[in-house]
Amino acid sequence: MKFGVCVFPGSNCDYDTYYVIRDVLEREVSLIFHEERNLSGYDVVIVPGGFSFGDYLRPGALASKTPLAQSLYDFAQKGGIVLGICNGFQILTELGLLPGALLPNLSMRFICDQVYLRVENERTRLTRKLEKGELLRIPIAHHDGRYYVPEDELKRMEERGQIIFRYCTEEGEVTESANPNGSVSNIAGVVNREGNVFGMMPHPERASEDILGSHDGLMLWYSLISD
Amino acid sequence: MKKVRVLITPKKGLLDPQGRAVQELLRDRGHEVGEVRVGKLLELEVPDSEDVHKLVQKFIINPLIEDYQIEEL
Repeated sequence: MKFGVCVFPGSNCDYDTYYVIRDVLEREVSLIFHEERNLSGYDVVIVPGGFSFGDYLRPGALASKTPLAQSLYDFAQKGGIVLGICNGFQILTELGLLPGALLPNLSMRFICDQVYLRVENERTRLTRKLEKGELLRIPIAHHDGRYYVPEDELKRMEERGQIIFRYCTEEGEVTESANPNGSVSNIAGVVNREGNVFGMMPHPERASEDILGSHDGLMLWYSLISD
Repeated sequence: MKKVRVLITPKKGLLDPQGRAVQELLRDRGHEVGEVRVGKLLELEVPDSEDVHKLVQKFIINPLIEDYQIEEL
């Protein structure tokens, strides 16, 4: 299984993600630059966190118009697995691969913190090594993480199991005070209808070794590489 | 070439925390202020034949969260 990690000007979690795949998972991985048009040979492409193009215009807006993003669109249409983390999630919504949008945090502050996530759908390529209701402690670091989707679309997404993670308390309760950024329905991660494109604001690559305070992100990587 | 202004505002009905903060500040200072929305302004120089609406819809705005207006200068 071959991984690719996208690199846009301003990506800053690209090497962390590359490191986790190469040194922790011990899988084949390459960095893919933003002018690249050929994604043949890849099984999974990660769109990492950072501030692509300085977040100019809107987070992810300019990156979503690059040759790489357009190739990524075709890659996903053909069933390739795509995971967007933080700025990567913003890019995938701007690209139209995932529903909704990510708006400025309600507090208008950049938030860097450990949060708890509750697994809402365990039957996906990203969560199949987890149980429904299981809790993950994974950090967030963003200014624009308030997930928004119109109410009728949210309802359809819930029915289809497209909500994969919700922000919750340490006890696993989904409450307003456990919602760091004002996301609708405490949503922290989603999947597309077809089940091959994922987006999440928390950073699993920053929670994949004990030395970093949590290895809860590992189960997501293990889910991706399991047959 | 023509010069156009693109005015972008948070979509009607969408919560705008920046606008709300400005509104609260003005009210705290004793001014009677209704709704405040904070948006963006782009000035573009484009050929006279350019379809600016098409350009803006394709590259500049996100219609899920933003409204826009075009003003020719």
